[in-house]
Amino acid sequence: MSKDTDPRVTGLAEGPLSRPDFDPRQIRQDFPIFRNNPEVVFLDTAASAQKPQEVIDAVSNFYARDYANVHRGVYALSQRSTDHYEAARLAAQRFLNARQSREIVFVRGATEGINLVAQAWGPWALKSGDEILITELEHHSNIVPWQMLRDRLGIVLKVAPMDATGGLDLAAFEALLSAKTRLVAITHVANATGAVMPVEAVIRTAHAKGALVLIDGCQAAPRMPVDVQALDCDFYVFSGHKTYGPSGIGVLYGKAEHLEAMPPWQGGGDMILQVTFDHTTYQETPHKFEAGTPDMTGAHGLAVALGYMERLGRDNILAHEERLTEYGTRRLAELPGVKLMGAGNRRLAVLSFEVEGVHAHDLATILDRHNVAVRAGHHCAQPLMDRLGVVATARASFGVYNDEADIDALVVAVKAAQELFAQ
Amino acid sequence: MSDAMDLRDLYQDIILDHGRKPRNFREQEHASHTAQGHNPLCGDRVTVYLTVEDDRITDVSFVGKGCAISTASSSLMTEVLKDKSLAEAKQLFQSFHANVTGGEPPSVDEALEDDLDRLTPLTGVKGFPARVKCATLAWHAVEAALKSGGKPAEPVKTE
Repeated sequence: MSKDTDPRVTGLAEGPLSRPDFDPRQIRQDFPIFRNNPEVVFLDTAASAQKPQEVIDAVSNFYARDYANVHRGVYALSQRSTDHYEAARLAAQRFLNARQSREIVFVRGATEGINLVAQAWGPWALKSGDEILITELEHHSNIVPWQMLRDRLGIVLKVAPMDATGGLDLAAFEALLSAKTRLVAITHVANATGAVMPVEAVIRTAHAKGALVLIDGCQAAPRMPVDVQALDCDFYVFSGHKTYGPSGIGVLYGKAEHLEAMPPWQGGGDMILQVTFDHTTYQETPHKFEAGTPDMTGAHGLAVALGYMERLGRDNILAHEERLTEYGTRRLAELPGVKLMGAGNRRLAVLSFEVEGVHAHDLATILDRHNVAVRAGHHCAQPLMDRLGVVATARASFGVYNDEADIDALVVAVKAAQELFAQ
Repeated sequence: MSDAMDLRDLYQDIILDHGRKPRNFREQEHASHTAQGHNPLCGDRVTVYLTVEDDRITDVSFVGKGCAISTASSSLMTEVLKDKSLAEAKQLFQSFHANVTGGEPPSVDEALEDDLDRLTPLTGVKGFPARVKCATLAWHAVEAALKSGGKPAEPVKTE
């Protein structure tokens, strides 16, 4: 059966009609975790999103009905598995509005996507003295791979600072861009503070200097429509587990011209055309970057998750997240002794805060006893925390299933913590 | 409310008091032993200082930034370790560690029982597995400082 006539493949692409209204209380019914833990107020979606039943079913059904290795068997099951896997690539292509499906490489997550670019593109494209520019607002996964590359190649890693409001200092960023800058690696939305970065301006100015741009879309992809063609970024990465899909699967988008020119990354099965002991020829992109049996189950689950988000409506999700962000910002601002970390001129879905006199770790324990799940700590962004002058913050973050009542519960729990520590 | 009761088991008055006003919170310029402890999970850092003379701890202090549990535990630790022999300090650490992790505490010299009682409020962390490391951080740093015979090269990590 070809892809064109397989109803399962086209079924993925279309799905039911959008819901007339975006109602988080209704959406919550799609997520069995809340049925099994009705007391939990889950405010840690920035770390990982919960999964709708249809994603859980898709993973389970894939194993039960369609499972076999991909790109190998001539038998029907293997073909079906392959069709699902390649349909997932089309789903990711559509999700990012990539021009071609071969621009979509499946990886374990955003971290692996960044490491792939660092390790495959880096040594091929860079020479000693070249520069890579990142920002102070990056997650460790968009810092450490470039440090490792720096130490290996003798390149220079520069860091663009944030301004006093917690946004990117665009003037300082532009001043740090030089004729030697080969790559700018920047987050789309900062995971530790929710700062929405001016990636459009960054891409424009970087390209004007001849530098490529990699965007870490971990926090943006679950929350806003992403159009890599409109952005004109060179690479874009996101993790499936944050977009309501399975853990262990993620996407690296790369412009075809870059992926084609780059050497392969890992070697193994599936990425080769022909192997002899003297010489090996490689597959075309994206397969040349997907050595070994891929996570086809995860890719299929991810495709279903992306379809789920599209049915909710990416614009609706963004409007919902913005509404909660505004409400949460206002409610926390009303609490004396609560200090919200700045996020520049636009914050999305993340409230990172300190409570005077209560360490974030104590706060998280107290919140947990009130069944409010938040992240406490450095949020894998230690340099940013150092810059903010804090050891740790509590971070509440939102998903499609949260509503104002969750934020109210957070406020009640924060007040309880303040009372306990005021004694 | 039972949840609130649980929290008061953890955050007893003595913990809150020592968390806010830690005792022996100072550096020692001429300490014979020192070590850093680091909890990567929450970023807490503590540096402990010991002055040991003839196998006896004549002064013990700490500085650092941490949560109420780790600060209070460090503070109470400095109070009980003062004027103890190294053998007594080891016994206290082993018993305390067992008490907060839910293990079987080894018996201690009768003379140390009052000191162990002083540390009892910290055993509330048993019900909060994610917080046990907060309570043991400074103790691990002391152990590392004593074991190294001076200053270990690397901070002690809880993970």
